[in-house]
Amino acid sequence: MAAILELRAVKAFYGQSEVLHGIDLVVEEAGMTVLLGANGAGKTTTLRAICGMVRSEGAILFGGHRLERCTTEQIAGFGVAHVPEGRGTFIGLTVEENLRIGGYTAAGRPDEKIQLMYGYFPILAQRRRQQAGALSGGEQQMLAIARALMMSPRLLVLDEPSFGLAPRVVEAIFAIIERIRREQQVSVLLVEQNASLALEMADRAYLLETGYVVSSGSAKMLADDPQIRRSYLGY
Amino acid sequence: MAESLRVGATAKLGMKAEAAASTAVWRWLGCAVLIAVAIVLPFTLSNYHVFQLTQVMIYAVAVLGLNILTGYNGQISLGHGGFFAAGAYTAAILMHRYGVPYWATLPPAALVCFMLGVLFGLPALRFEGPYLALVTLAMAVAMPQLLKYFDTWTGGQQGITLVKPLPPPGFGIDRDRWLYFFVLVVLLVAMRLAANVLNGRTGRAFVAIRDHPIAAAAMGINTARYKTLAFGISTLFTGVAGALAAIVIGFVAPESFTLFLSLSFLVGSAVGGIATIGGAIVGGFFIEFVPNFANDISDAAPWAIYGLAMLLFMYVMPRGVVGTMGPWLTHAMQEFRSARHAAK
Amino acid sequence: MHQLLQQVFSGLAAGAIYASLALALVMIYRATDLVNFAQGEMAMFSTYIAWTLVNAELPFWAAFVITLAVSFVGGMLIERIVIRPVENAPILTAVVVTIGLLLIFNATAGWIYSYTLQEFPSPFPDRPLFGALMTTRDMGVIAVTLVMLVALFCFFRFTATGLAMRAAAQNPESARLSGINVGRMLALGWGFAAAIGAVAGIMVAPVLFLDPNMMSGVLLYAFTGALLGGITSPVGAVIGGLIVGVTENLVGTYLIASQLKLTVALILIIIVLVFRPNGLFGTAVVRRV
Repeated sequence: MAAILELRAVKAFYGQSEVLHGIDLVVEEAGMTVLLGANGAGKTTTLRAICGMVRSEGAILFGGHRLERCTTEQIAGFGVAHVPEGRGTFIGLTVEENLRIGGYTAAGRPDEKIQLMYGYFPILAQRRRQQAGALSGGEQQMLAIARALMMSPRLLVLDEPSFGLAPRVVEAIFAIIERIRREQQVSVLLVEQNASLALEMADRAYLLETGYVVSSGSAKMLADDPQIRRSYLGY
Repeated sequence: MAESLRVGATAKLGMKAEAAASTAVWRWLGCAVLIAVAIVLPFTLSNYHVFQLTQVMIYAVAVLGLNILTGYNGQISLGHGGFFAAGAYTAAILMHRYGVPYWATLPPAALVCFMLGVLFGLPALRFEGPYLALVTLAMAVAMPQLLKYFDTWTGGQQGITLVKPLPPPGFGIDRDRWLYFFVLVVLLVAMRLAANVLNGRTGRAFVAIRDHPIAAAAMGINTARYKTLAFGISTLFTGVAGALAAIVIGFVAPESFTLFLSLSFLVGSAVGGIATIGGAIVGGFFIEFVPNFANDISDAAPWAIYGLAMLLFMYVMPRGVVGTMGPWLTHAMQEFRSARHAAK
Repeated sequence: MHQLLQQVFSGLAAGAIYASLALALVMIYRATDLVNFAQGEMAMFSTYIAWTLVNAELPFWAAFVITLAVSFVGGMLIERIVIRPVENAPILTAVVVTIGLLLIFNATAGWIYSYTLQEFPSPFPDRPLFGALMTTRDMGVIAVTLVMLVALFCFFRFTATGLAMRAAAQNPESARLSGINVGRMLALGWGFAAAIGAVAGIMVAPVLFLDPNMMSGVLLYAFTGALLGGITSPVGAVIGGLIVGVTENLVGTYLIASQLKLTVALILIIIVLVFRPNGLFGTAVVRRV
């Protein structure tokens, strides 16, 4: 399968410190790749490097573009929708305004797309005029994903979507992500601490430890690996 | 494997201690050189230049006060011109009305301004950022008006004219040079005091409060007490500088202590390096000399040149001269030292 | 009673001008956490441009519109060229840059136009209204300010660019991730602020007479008004400015002669702030540890 996103020997720096030491990573077209690892392993840093938010070296290829020298907003314009850690919701704006911002760069009329999002996430339609900051954690996560989808992205980058959410809610959200991937043929790069759920859904998986890729392969392979099972899946 | 790691770690610690020691040696050497230059300089320059250098040192003490408050403790002040005025007028009134000798006006000025600062610092605890800026701004704006209003004490619009002090007999130097050395001694004492405070527990508390007030409080630091203390110490320094100004210039009037003076102190702080001690001297030079240079460059719009100079300094050295050069020098010395070690 | 109402109304007219400049300050503060000390001098400079155009026989409102356009572009250029280099530097550094800008504008205006007071025409005749309760000029100033505020409100509430600017000010990182060029939004913000300042300057010049130091008092009151209303709230800025205008007038009339007027007004407002340290409508900064 063709790769929509490829990282080759990517290093990332916070100031003078090198925190990623040469990452190779692939996300397949319409596929889902998951990045696993403990806190501080460099998962979020990898996502930030892709979106031009940290200084990096190495090659980042996305659908024919080279992202290393591009600005964050340019990368978003190419079709990379990044839902950051903490969701990045515009808490001072209403739900509908948040969605509108999502559709700021995309071509096409935002109103139709907004209706589509309300179809995926009916709860957002109910709360459309409320301040986004008043939504519950799960609702904010849905809003964040919907906002990302307003960009009609080719690649959806999600940083710990399950963070701070109840298990039922997490299942619902992951179900929606899976549905969107199938229906819209969007590729997904997922960072998760909730490893078992993520490995069930993904095609490929990478395990990061202190800035290195220590294990990679198909998701099933990593799920069956006894060492990984013990360290990250808890059994 | 573990054994060699341990040996390596010990060796690294040893190198660090050695590095710290040699940095201290360089620091002492540098200071000694500067002090020597400062002592010799007035004998090689004209009276007017000596007077200008004395002004530089006075501004340096004032800016040092501001650095303590804004740089090390994170509380912005747009009103230090007002405290400078308080010190100046305290000294002036004591000398003019009560015949107090000039050198004896410094402690009262220090005390008055310390208390003023604490009095100010208490309500200031409520405010942060631009709100604190406004409250201190009110001080700067109010001071000239209050000085004009209470004219029986302050001489109102006309101000107070003082007799410039005579140098003590037997020293064989003239008045300008005597005042230069007087101020130099005060500056050195001030810098030593500042270093003692800032490098000790109090200073660490100041910085902790600046960087992360909630964590500081959680660690048991009494933020209210230290913030108020920072205010008091800061205004003490600036007030003493004001007293020196009254002594050296021999004249105080409300016009000398406008908002512009407060802004100048802030600019001097930033240009020198807000969270440094040595930067105060650089700031003093900037405040005293750049307007003069600006006048030489452009007769028509000298303040525009002054403004341009501010911009240029901020672009090239956003953390101030000492704030930028300091870390750069340390870094360069580290490189030099590790290169030497590698060569061994 | 009649005199009280008179003073309140003329205070509102002055307050409208403070409110405008306060709004400009808040716009920039919301986007960059920076108080633009040069806002007043920029407004003064814009007013001189308007004055030049009016002296060149242009009709008043044409000069008005052209000045606004020029100021808008000027504000954008200043953000790009002067402020951009220090946008990632400590706040104090940027503050010093605005102080430098203040000096440059003031000195340049003095150099080009000299420090002599100049008359500046008002488009509104100065006639008493409502039985000498207020003048047509005051009414005009309030009306112009109102129109400007409504226009701004509509822009920010109902247009895509306005929304993008609000988003960029609130959360620049998320805005970038949504494809918004935050730098361009910042420049637009400075453009708007400069244009608003120009309006304030043009409205106040007939009263204060035009000279390079015209706006320094206005800036002080505007700053106070912005903080009183809450430095993060545009609505607060407007209300704060109006309150400051009325307070200044009443203090000057009933309490104390002009010398200490400023000090007393400031102290009164600071007392209010002691009870509401984030201003009347400002929101406390929620610090998450």
